[in-house]
Amino acid sequence: MVLERAEDEEKWLAEGIAAIQQNAFYMHRALDANNLREALKYSALMLSELRTSNLSPHKYYDLYMRAFGELRGLEMFFKDESRHGVSIVDLYELVQHAGNILPRLYLLCTVGSVYIKSKEAPAKDILKDLVEMCRGVQHPIRGLFLRSYLSQVSRDKLPDIGSEYEGDGDTVMDAVEFVLQNFTEMNKLWVRLQHQGPGRIREKREKERSELRDLVGKNLHVLSQIEGVDLEMYKETVLPGVLEQVVNCKDDLAQYYLMECLIQVFPDEYHLQTLEALLGSCSQLQPTVDVKMLLSQLMERLSNYAASSPDVLPEFLQVEAFAKLSSAIWKVVDAHAEMPVVGAISLYVSLLTFTLRVHPDRLDYVDQVLGACVNKLSGKPKLEDRRARKQIVALLSAPIEKYNDVVRALTLPNYPRVMEYLDSSTNKQMAMVIIQSIMKNNTCIKEADKVEVLFELIEGLVKDVDGIAVDELDEEDFNEEQNYVARLIHMPYNDDSEEMLKIMCAVQKHIMGGGPKRLPFTVPPLVFSALRLVRRLQSQDGEVVGEELPATPRKLFRLLSQIIEALSSVPSPELALRLYLQCAEAAGDCDLEPVAYEFFTQAFVLYEEEVADSKAQVTAIHLIIGSLQRMTVFGVENRDTLTHKATGYAAKLLKKPDQCRAVYACSHLFWVDDQKGIKDGERVLLCLKRALRIANAAQQMASVTRGSAGPVTLFVEILNKYLYLFEKGNPQITSSAIQSLVELIQNEMQSDSTTQDPASDTFFASTVRYIQYQKEKGGVMGEKYEPKKV
Amino acid sequence: MNYLLGAFKPSCNVFITFADGKNRKQVPLKKENGQTIMVPLFQSQENISGKVSIEPIQGKKVEHNGVKVELLGQIEMYFDRGNFYDFTSLVRELDVPGELYERKTYSFEFSTVEMPYETYNGVNVRLRYVLKVTINRGYAGSIVEYQDFVVRNYSPPPSINNSIKMEVGIEDCLHIEFEYNKSKYHLKDVIIGKIYFLLVRIKIKNMDLEIRRRESTGSGQNTHVETETLAKFELMDGAPVRGESIPIRLFLSPYELTPTYRNVNNKFSVKYYLNLVLVDEEDRRYFKQQEITIFRLQETST
Repeated sequence: MVLERAEDEEKWLAEGIAAIQQNAFYMHRALDANNLREALKYSALMLSELRTSNLSPHKYYDLYMRAFGELRGLEMFFKDESRHGVSIVDLYELVQHAGNILPRLYLLCTVGSVYIKSKEAPAKDILKDLVEMCRGVQHPIRGLFLRSYLSQVSRDKLPDIGSEYEGDGDTVMDAVEFVLQNFTEMNKLWVRLQHQGPGRIREKREKERSELRDLVGKNLHVLSQIEGVDLEMYKETVLPGVLEQVVNCKDDLAQYYLMECLIQVFPDEYHLQTLEALLGSCSQLQPTVDVKMLLSQLMERLSNYAASSPDVLPEFLQVEAFAKLSSAIWKVVDAHAEMPVVGAISLYVSLLTFTLRVHPDRLDYVDQVLGACVNKLSGKPKLEDRRARKQIVALLSAPIEKYNDVVRALTLPNYPRVMEYLDSSTNKQMAMVIIQSIMKNNTCIKEADKVEVLFELIEGLVKDVDGIAVDELDEEDFNEEQNYVARLIHMPYNDDSEEMLKIMCAVQKHIMGGGPKRLPFTVPPLVFSALRLVRRLQSQDGEVVGEELPATPRKLFRLLSQIIEALSSVPSPELALRLYLQCAEAAGDCDLEPVAYEFFTQAFVLYEEEVADSKAQVTAIHLIIGSLQRMTVFGVENRDTLTHKATGYAAKLLKKPDQCRAVYACSHLFWVDDQKGIKDGERVLLCLKRALRIANAAQQMASVTRGSAGPVTLFVEILNKYLYLFEKGNPQITSSAIQSLVELIQNEMQSDSTTQDPASDTFFASTVRYIQYQKEKGGVMGEKYEPKKV
Repeated sequence: MNYLLGAFKPSCNVFITFADGKNRKQVPLKKENGQTIMVPLFQSQENISGKVSIEPIQGKKVEHNGVKVELLGQIEMYFDRGNFYDFTSLVRELDVPGELYERKTYSFEFSTVEMPYETYNGVNVRLRYVLKVTINRGYAGSIVEYQDFVVRNYSPPPSINNSIKMEVGIEDCLHIEFEYNKSKYHLKDVIIGKIYFLLVRIKIKNMDLEIRRRESTGSGQNTHVETETLAKFELMDGAPVRGESIPIRLFLSPYELTPTYRNVNNKFSVKYYLNLVLVDEEDRRYFKQQEITIFRLQETST
């Protein structure tokens, strides 16, 4: 049926067009013959085609445009009195004799425009008459087009300022009143269109209506084009007139469209000066009107206006734009309790953008907006709506982007409160935004309380929230997030150590709850950050060491051990062990022997109790040896205990080669190449010999289990240790011992049972070449090497 | 035969001319046979004077028992065809019985003739004024010649001319208030007014203003009433809503109207009505008829 109707419509349109063309033909013939009577007759007949009710607005427009084109010729004819011999006044009456109203009024408008042009009567009287007479057409579509025609033909004849039609009692006011009235009537017709036809095609009607909206909106455009509409007139006449109509028409489609038009066509400056009225009527619109979009648009325009030139900012202050806008928004939000959260939030975003552009210095405004947002969100479950979340992110990002300084955002009490309403993923997203901003701008956060707030903000990243198990998350994302947090921990800095300590404590407080997955990421940066402070204190102090001082290395170390202890829950013993060793070294540098000792103890305990994996043990023992070797703080007793332990562990490694390597590494513990370093040659030799024994045993074991002995690598390595310690002047290392070791290796290499390994061969060859070289070089070292034969 | 035929031919031509025939305004008049001729225009209490010329056919003489000219005001009812009722009848004897051999011209004059009624051509009735010249020839049959003229009488603007204002309606359906600026209009007048819709519950398609002429003839049981719609003027297209007011501006000049005639010599009346018609989408008509008085105003241009 719909299809049928569409086909019919095509047919009707074609018929209408044909009839218009035919009558237009006769009309033109009459015009050529200067026959007024015939011209009027055929033009009326032609215009009668516009009386159809069969066409949709779209098709009707087609028909209208054709008639419109033909009327130009008629107008030209009317203009030239010599062609028809009738005065314009009489002509004005003559066309009103037509029996049908629609052709009559089209002709009247046509003659009317000529009449105005002739200036034989005041433009305002004619305009007033035309706009009044057009009331006779109450059919929405026909009326709209008729009035649109009126608007079209009168457009260049309005008594505007500077126009030739102004003066002699014709003022801009008349022009404005005329356009306003035509606008009002058109809008009424347009609104009425929705009541046409049966209810079931309502949707179609609405579509058709929106096709026609520009006809109505055009009037506002015309108004905005009138030169004489200055701010005063806009305020006193135009705006109240338009708003009255908008509010009274009680139609959501019209209200939305017209408000939008109003906001778009008139200058920002006018809006600013009439904010109160504009916003006031916003709250009077139908509940279904999307006021938030309107307000958003308005604020966007005003924001852009504010941004366009700094000169206009005083205007904003003068009219208290923020106060007005915000109160309007509160009202809208209050009035539309059912408005989806996303709507309210997007309003706040607009307001915030506005505030940031216009009042960048008013943090309290920003906070007010956020506070309102909190009110809206309070008592509601966390946001599920994706768009709403997006808006909140936009809301929270705006101030950060504006100020490029998170510290400012941190001073807003409502900022974290908004964050609270985010679901965890959005919260994280937001936290990332914050962190990235800090990174990008290298923002330095100096106060502990701000650090506190900051970490509260990014809580979603540093803690499990909502009981969502961490392992449900994407590992890659998680790692990236945690890396960001880790980087963030390095950011706060204060020259004042006391404050810095507070910052440390604050950070610690927050990250401690991070759970086993996060701690490995977050603890190391904190530890190193603390260690950095320690180093700083150490370099400063000397004169200030005392318990009463709030920030002392001692205190810091206490803190550090607490921090590292947390890792035990992870558990991540290797990491903890490394950190303990770092701390121990730092403590050593601070001359805090007991502390260093304690840290070492912790490391050893970890090694004993937690490090089970043999590979990890190897790494760990080497680390311990390395750290211990560098420590100079320990007294003999403590050092003995520790080195003893270390060598003990070394010898107890599972694999022989590992044992061997660990043991020869222990040799360094007894020979520190330093002024006051320990130099216990005997124990060095002991270690090396022991290593040799183990290497031997390894070789034998290999031949037993695999039928061939392993490569000689271990021996070569031990040889290298010998050479090193020999060069360092260890008296227990004799050249003969080296000599015999070289020979031993050579023998082993020649033995059949030894596996040939090019790497170890090369290694050995290089070592031998080194000895050769040292010999040839001569000097002190050459002499030492002299006895050796290779 | 020729002789016989000649006997039936009028033996003379009769010409009737008016004294100021050249200057007097001529107006069209529709004859019974449908032809429109131009005839002079008079008004009441004018002098009607002129000349009657009788010209016998060459070589003939006209014997007569006297020549007279009559001024007749007649009312003719079509249903009573041929039966003229003369409400005015004035006679001037032009000649005593005698013979005419050549053209003879007589002057006549009816001074300040009372012609209270206007020439009127209606549906059922006609009112006409005529000059009738009779050459009385006794048994041979009189020679009669007629000359029509038109009478129009002008009225001064009425001293009281109230507007017509009325509220009408159908309960819970349609309530309108209309207003015509006057109750008395002259023939070239403009009807200005407006219709105000107080309540609209029906779907109106359009609204017209009609001018209707009601001609009643006869009296008592023989009264014939004929109503004609002379004008149908569309006032509104489409359905208005409550509170809408629609302007009326109707120029009367394009329509062929006459003044209102009330009880012309007890024979007929012609009255005019404005009929406001609203048509709804089911083509039902709602109307309200109001009488208006139409009068002829002295045209300043003539």
